[in-house]
Amino acid sequence: MAILDLKHKLAILSDAAKYDASCASSGAEKRDSLGGKGVGSTEGMGICHAYAPDGRCISLLKILLTNFCIYDCAYCVNRVSSNVQRARFSVREVVDLTLNFYKRNYIEGLFLSSGVIRTGDYTMEEMVRVARSLRLDHDFRGYIHLKLIPEASPELAAEAGLYADRVSINVELPADESLAVLAPEKDAAGIKRAMGRMRLRIEDHAEPARKTGRRKFATGQSTQLIVGADAAKDGDILARSAALYGSYQLKRVYYSAFSPIPDGSARLPLSRPPLVREHRLYQADWLMRFYGFGQGEIVAPGQDLDLAVDPKTAWALRHRGDFPVDVNTADRETLLRTPGLGARGVDRILQARTQTRLTLDDVKRVCGSVKRAKPFIVTADWTPGAAVDSDDLRASLVAPQQLSLF
Amino acid sequence: MRVARLESEIDFNGWRLAARALRAEGVAPEAVVWTVQRELFGEDLFPPPCGGGGSAKLVGGVSPSQDSSNPTRPLRGHPPHEGEGKSFSVPKAFVDLAETVILHRSPERLALLYRILHRLERQPRLLDNPADADVAKARDMAKGVGRAIHKMHAFVRFRLVEDVTPETYVAWFEPAHRVTEAAAPFFARRFANMNWSILTPDACVHWDGSLLTMSPGADPADAPSQDAQEEMWRTYYASIFNPARLNPAMMKQEMPKRYWRNLPEAALIPELIEKAQSRTETMVAAQPTKPSDRVLKAALKHARDGSFGESNLVNLEEVAAGIQVCRRCDLWRDATQGVPGLGPAKAALMIVGEQPGDQEDLRGVPFVGPAGQLLDRAMAEAGVDRGRVFVTNAVKHFKHEPRGKRRLHKTPDRGEVQACRWWLDAERRLVRPKVILALGATAVQAVFGKALPIGKTRGQRQVLDGDAQGLVSWHPSFMLRIPDPEAKDRAYAELVADLRLAWKLAG
Repeated sequence: MAILDLKHKLAILSDAAKYDASCASSGAEKRDSLGGKGVGSTEGMGICHAYAPDGRCISLLKILLTNFCIYDCAYCVNRVSSNVQRARFSVREVVDLTLNFYKRNYIEGLFLSSGVIRTGDYTMEEMVRVARSLRLDHDFRGYIHLKLIPEASPELAAEAGLYADRVSINVELPADESLAVLAPEKDAAGIKRAMGRMRLRIEDHAEPARKTGRRKFATGQSTQLIVGADAAKDGDILARSAALYGSYQLKRVYYSAFSPIPDGSARLPLSRPPLVREHRLYQADWLMRFYGFGQGEIVAPGQDLDLAVDPKTAWALRHRGDFPVDVNTADRETLLRTPGLGARGVDRILQARTQTRLTLDDVKRVCGSVKRAKPFIVTADWTPGAAVDSDDLRASLVAPQQLSLF
Repeated sequence: MRVARLESEIDFNGWRLAARALRAEGVAPEAVVWTVQRELFGEDLFPPPCGGGGSAKLVGGVSPSQDSSNPTRPLRGHPPHEGEGKSFSVPKAFVDLAETVILHRSPERLALLYRILHRLERQPRLLDNPADADVAKARDMAKGVGRAIHKMHAFVRFRLVEDVTPETYVAWFEPAHRVTEAAAPFFARRFANMNWSILTPDACVHWDGSLLTMSPGADPADAPSQDAQEEMWRTYYASIFNPARLNPAMMKQEMPKRYWRNLPEAALIPELIEKAQSRTETMVAAQPTKPSDRVLKAALKHARDGSFGESNLVNLEEVAAGIQVCRRCDLWRDATQGVPGLGPAKAALMIVGEQPGDQEDLRGVPFVGPAGQLLDRAMAEAGVDRGRVFVTNAVKHFKHEPRGKRRLHKTPDRGEVQACRWWLDAERRLVRPKVILALGATAVQAVFGKALPIGKTRGQRQVLDGDAQGLVSWHPSFMLRIPDPEAKDRAYAELVADLRLAWKLAG
């Protein structure tokens, strides 16, 4: 095999990493490099240092250590049966790339994943070596996200947590049965056990160390679900998310619409999900986490979300009797359930109405727009009248164009 | 008409002094013209201190460990000078807002801030109304400034100055608003052990490892023209892009074109967009690869039902392994793992609880959560050695309902208890305990195959198949739930007594 130069390896191993939707560099413990020897800081909110033409944030150097893999997961570009070109970084190469990029302010840190080579332990050990070298040899204080290999030993996972701000294990498919079919070598039960162990470790380290006042361990874990590679409906996917949030205290569940890959597998469905489906799932996920909606209120298992309108509007259309809502008197919970009013807008409404009776223009100023909210709210100078009961209401709220992959 | 003159475009202190004096005099907002330095005309209200401008000066009071906003709040509590009229105070929120808004490039900002200051006299809670037009406008400006600071943190690209020791980096940047000074402490915190400069048309900021200094605006030619790592960065940028998800509008919204000329990666954008469609079509048109036989075989093996129909389990390890793949009911789905019993294979006493809880589910061990700790305490009081007892549950998976970040316990139904009895029976058959103590209604149902009123039957030996004797008692989680402390103490004492009896019978 020809020896690849570093640039070529970078092209292969970042191309191979792009199907992981996770990009967050937020939620790390606040720290900086003052008084240290190296570079790096984390200030709570992560920074997107660039945006690719797909509109996605580039915050971290997201790469695989290697795309050689002994597994054959049908949805994955790196599966053993795929004919893509293979490459492997040395530990040193990843460390140098990370520092070189970081010092030029290209990135917030490193997101390191890998194909599984030889054994889970061997692969995990190599990944941990990268993180260890960055932290201990170079006093790197930027962000590190490590993908955990579920079958790696708990001790290695624990060491990964010592160096990483965030760790993740991808559940990948909403139903364990699909995983058994599409990723036969993966062990769904093993993945859950590894996430359970990680939750316990994160909780064990929740208190900052007494000596340094710092937390010595990763502050959270996340996972990814692939949408559209199996027959799971949105309701099943969200039920799975709700269970995962509750069971493992995840910071985030990422939804990744299954995307065409070079050299796809014959075992995958022919039709690709529209991108808007992924978008609706994120909206529903937000409703569960920040808007007080129960999973069952949004969509029942076995059902899909309405792609034409956002899930909150869909809920409101099913509960027209609860509307219109008077923005000058309704409580916070009710306002949060009103289409077109975001969490921040609701807070501003509550603040503003201690001073004045809000008009439609006022609501527009604090919420940015009232287009969506208008049929559902009453203000000092506006009432929707019969609009909320109108048969055309849904049609009038449907977005004129939808995103689609093809 | 009054003219208020500032030392520089971002001279907050000058604005503050001028605005304070003007409001104290009751000057109406319409009667003030705000101007900066040399555009001097009319009466000279506030002469600038000498020595400003030109040479590099220290950023007074800004330490990199502080936030970019200056912590001093001299507007409030400043002792009034004589003859300045009555003193006044303003909400801290206004000072914060004004300090940010003054960095905006809009020429209106100074007058807008004075207008708000003036209105605050009659409407001290004006800022609490985000719907007010002036407040909304100032807030928009502050948002724009905040965004400009954020984008500066994001889009500055350092270049290595070649052949210089120690390692030195320089960036040329054009911020959307006058935020260079405000954005600088972030870079000092992040690159504390690096020498660096950021040059902009407004001002330049330098860090030498210990001190932030400012100097006047510069020219792009003052920064290095290239850096060898940019080729690697462009390679990364092109490779991480997924052509099947092309969305340039979203990209432009977050990475506005005004920043592109100083971003080394932006030169690639037109070509990446142009070729995205054909790259995607090629991927879709390509014949999919057939999976190997090895993979199909493995898939079949994993897809088979793990219910362990009638096979005979010969030891507890097989039971533990079987529970992990059990599909006899649906509880496995949202549980982390099945939790088998734990204890010596020939224990004389078996204690059966209801089901694992949150902690048991995560650890794979029975009775380690709050109820388990209570049981441990009761066992210790009863003189029971937990190490010699086989502790298990009627149902091996945790039945629960997600509620936000928590899991709420749900009582297993009859069908689930019945399905899981298969595993409990296997444990009973293999351990062959002399005594089985069932805790709570679910365990009673599973052990005796019928419901028994615990309050009436506790303390009485029940006949079980084989040689074993059965006892019933309260489940410790029952004690955690009852609010009445007296009832709680009584139930706990009864549990201890029942444990003592069970231990005695087990010999």
